[in-house]
Amino acid sequence: MVAQHIAFGFIAASVIIGALRVVTTGNVVHAALWLVMVLAGVGASFLLVGAEFVGVTQILVYIGAIIVLFLFGIMLTRAPIGREVQLTNRNWAIGVVVALAIAGVLGYALIDAFGTDKLPDESRQFTATVSDTLFQQYLIPFEVVSVLLLAALVGAIVLARKE
Amino acid sequence: MILHWVWLMPFIMAMSFVAILFFGKRLPKKGSEIGIVAVGACFVIALLAAGSWISRVNDAQHTAPAPAAATAGHGSTEAASTSNNEVVGENGGGGGGAEEHTVDPVTTEKTWFEIGGEKFTVGTMVDGLSVMMLVVVTIISLLVHIYSTDYVGGDRRYTHYFAFLSLFTASMLMLVMSSNTLQFITSWELVGLCSFALIGHWWEEKPNSDAALKAFITNRVGDVGLLVGMIILFWSAGSFDILRIDSLANTGGIDHLLLLVAACSLTAAVMSKSGQFVLHTWLPDAMAGPTPVSALIHAATMVVAGIFMVARLYPVFFHGLSIGDGNLNLLAIVGAVTVVGGAGLAFVQADIKKVLAYSTVSQLGYMVMALGVGAWTAALFHLFTHAFFKAGLFLGSGSVAHSVHSFDMKEDMGGMKKFMPKTYWTFLVCTGALIGLPPLAGFWSKDEILAGGHQLGTHNAYEIFMVVGVVGALMTAAYMTRCVYLTFFGEPRGAAADPHHHPHESGPRIVVPLYILSALAVVAGLVNFPWGPDSVKLRFEHFVQPVGEYFPHLGVVEFVWPLAIISTLVVLAGVGLAYAYWFRGAFHGVTERSRVARGGYVVLANKYYFDHLYTGVIADGTKGPIARASYWVNQNVIDGVVNAVGIGSRKVAEFLYGTVDQEVVDGAVNGSGFGAEGAGQLLRRIQSGKVQQYGALLFGGAVILAGVLVFTL
Amino acid sequence: MLLNEFLLLGAALFAIGVYGVLARRNGVMVLMSIELILNSVNINLVAFGALHGTVVGQIFALFVITIAAAEVGVGLAIVLMLYRNRASIDLDEVDAMRG
Repeated sequence: MVAQHIAFGFIAASVIIGALRVVTTGNVVHAALWLVMVLAGVGASFLLVGAEFVGVTQILVYIGAIIVLFLFGIMLTRAPIGREVQLTNRNWAIGVVVALAIAGVLGYALIDAFGTDKLPDESRQFTATVSDTLFQQYLIPFEVVSVLLLAALVGAIVLARKE
Repeated sequence: MILHWVWLMPFIMAMSFVAILFFGKRLPKKGSEIGIVAVGACFVIALLAAGSWISRVNDAQHTAPAPAAATAGHGSTEAASTSNNEVVGENGGGGGGAEEHTVDPVTTEKTWFEIGGEKFTVGTMVDGLSVMMLVVVTIISLLVHIYSTDYVGGDRRYTHYFAFLSLFTASMLMLVMSSNTLQFITSWELVGLCSFALIGHWWEEKPNSDAALKAFITNRVGDVGLLVGMIILFWSAGSFDILRIDSLANTGGIDHLLLLVAACSLTAAVMSKSGQFVLHTWLPDAMAGPTPVSALIHAATMVVAGIFMVARLYPVFFHGLSIGDGNLNLLAIVGAVTVVGGAGLAFVQADIKKVLAYSTVSQLGYMVMALGVGAWTAALFHLFTHAFFKAGLFLGSGSVAHSVHSFDMKEDMGGMKKFMPKTYWTFLVCTGALIGLPPLAGFWSKDEILAGGHQLGTHNAYEIFMVVGVVGALMTAAYMTRCVYLTFFGEPRGAAADPHHHPHESGPRIVVPLYILSALAVVAGLVNFPWGPDSVKLRFEHFVQPVGEYFPHLGVVEFVWPLAIISTLVVLAGVGLAYAYWFRGAFHGVTERSRVARGGYVVLANKYYFDHLYTGVIADGTKGPIARASYWVNQNVIDGVVNAVGIGSRKVAEFLYGTVDQEVVDGAVNGSGFGAEGAGQLLRRIQSGKVQQYGALLFGGAVILAGVLVFTL
Repeated sequence: MLLNEFLLLGAALFAIGVYGVLARRNGVMVLMSIELILNSVNINLVAFGALHGTVVGQIFALFVITIAAAEVGVGLAIVLMLYRNRASIDLDEVDAMRG
């Protein structure tokens, strides 16, 4: 048990630090890299809980595809690489206020609601179970999501093609 | 029977008027033939009507008297159909020796229109008076028509003249047979209109149109009295019907004061229409019209309309003015003043027609005076005879003027006796009738008036009027002798003496009417002969004087020899005086020697200054100061008020516009606009276009909601 | 382990992500911040799924990942269009809808 806690603490720290750096760094590429750290940490926390399929999927899809996508986007929009520029807009203070407000409300609600609920010790979820449930009960959403991906694909092409 | 059809007479004349207007110019005789035929037909109908009435009176006399004294209802209250009322009964009033019987007039009636339950009718009422007038009007009109074909021949408006003669005859006939006062007033005005049109026949010359206007306007002044009187009678009797008014007035159904006021008002109308003092001034000026017109209208027929009205509505006057009690009343006094005043003015005229005009005024005064003393039959008998001899005199003067082309006796006449013998003799006969020489017509009628003044009224109250009548007779004799002398005797002067154009006797169409009229002037007096068997004696009175509920009981006037002899002597004295002056040259130079005589002459020559009073004092006074004063009031007071109201309204409007509308109302409106704009400007800042700001608002709102949910639930 | 550990981690991540969305000037950075938010949601889902011992949490998280991927694709396409039209992806300059 203690090992889990320590592991979790380590993961949480890296996630938070990484997230903070994402939203405060002046270098766009650095921001993307800090995002990688955040995503990895989140994947690790999935594994910690026992959701092995999602954890692996997270790493594969998010870090493997989406970050690459971001890097391509950064490249294509000629974002200044390596230079520190002002990347925070004028009204950042409102953002701070709102973020703190959200954090406060959520924190209070969570502590108030879930107090000291404990996760079960054995909470491993097998991939087989996931696939069974996915292809039996949640088949239609699965197909719909596929169509959604198709729509996104077509949409992105239509939007971004050169006339 | 024929008495129901008398309305045909004005109808025929009216049709003649229309026919002459439309077709007259194309006919060979230019329309005069239509007029003559129409009048001839009316004359025949009038004679038949007279005969019918006479037989009616005779039948009434011979019918056995009914025991009850009730008279049958008059036909006048039935509507929309002709009614024939021949019921007679014995008059319960008793009285003197002559048998008394009620002869009701024959009436016809048609409803004209109805307003609010009040029926307005047209109709005829025929009794002895109407029949007498019908005969007079038609015969004079017929003679005048024939005379005019020669006198007015070749005139610029010949057809128009005959059209108006027909219209006049129609109106006069309708007047004398009117059954109600509305119809009476209408025909009264119509005869006035025809008089205006005919006096102004040669209106291109200003004096003629002035005379026509003067006649019409003076008559209008009197017509105020007519309307007031008729209105009073309508309201007090409750009806326009003449028989009803007369019956009510006679039996005491109308208050005495109302009758008095009505009688005085109606006297004003008599004064204007029948040329009494003070509204007589139009009659001499009316001589500007053609002579046949003067003969017909201003001697024989129209001017007697006033006399006829008094005679028709006699109960109103008799009871209103208390004639029966010997009251010195308005009618008698006006008549007496007119007799003397008119006669006086006739002495100083150079125009022959003006002499005759003043003579007419004087003779009308006799008739009014007779009515004023209660001698009803005498007045109407005088009207009857006067029509003939006065028309004869006028036509005779026209005959003379036609040959010398002038009316001025002093300038252009003289010695006409040898040039125009027929005119001379007829003129002389008519003069004799006028001055009252027995046995000519005027003697009988004038003497009856004098006898009336002598005998009627309590305690000989009316004797003064007899004296006035005698004085008038003297003056009449004198001025007529003067007129005859100046015209027919002496040496020819002026146009009469023109060597190239000798005056000659007029043609038959002029002379034959003169013959007829002078013949009538001789025999007309015999219709009221005071002696003889019952079938001959007093025929006029018998047939004309009404007997019935609607006519007051009058005193009987008897022929007295002393009065007749005195009046004849007075007349001869008048003739003698004038003869001495003119034929023999006595009394000449009186006006140079005596200041009184000269003053009197000046007064007479200026016609008692009446004209000066009317035009100079009354008209100019109104035109001058009164008009100026009212103009001042109008400009300053009335216009001042109007202008002040206008200016005030404008100032209020300016205030309203400037202050209320521009500032208050517009201010509110603009203010709301500005307010909306300001609010919009404020809210506009939320729309910055920046997505992150919208995001901030979104998240912020969500947080707040979440907070609310979390912290309160 | 305490459930709240994971939930609080998610909440913190969410707050940071919101801050990033509101305060970052670069469009791509905003999309990255949105990824943070989506990840925080995933943590929540999986944690609850583990609490109840079902697999449904995982399945939902899977769907979220899929949709996030689609969304990033389209989002970047839009940013690219924005860059093409304006030669800049500074979100402070994009205020054409200003009222």
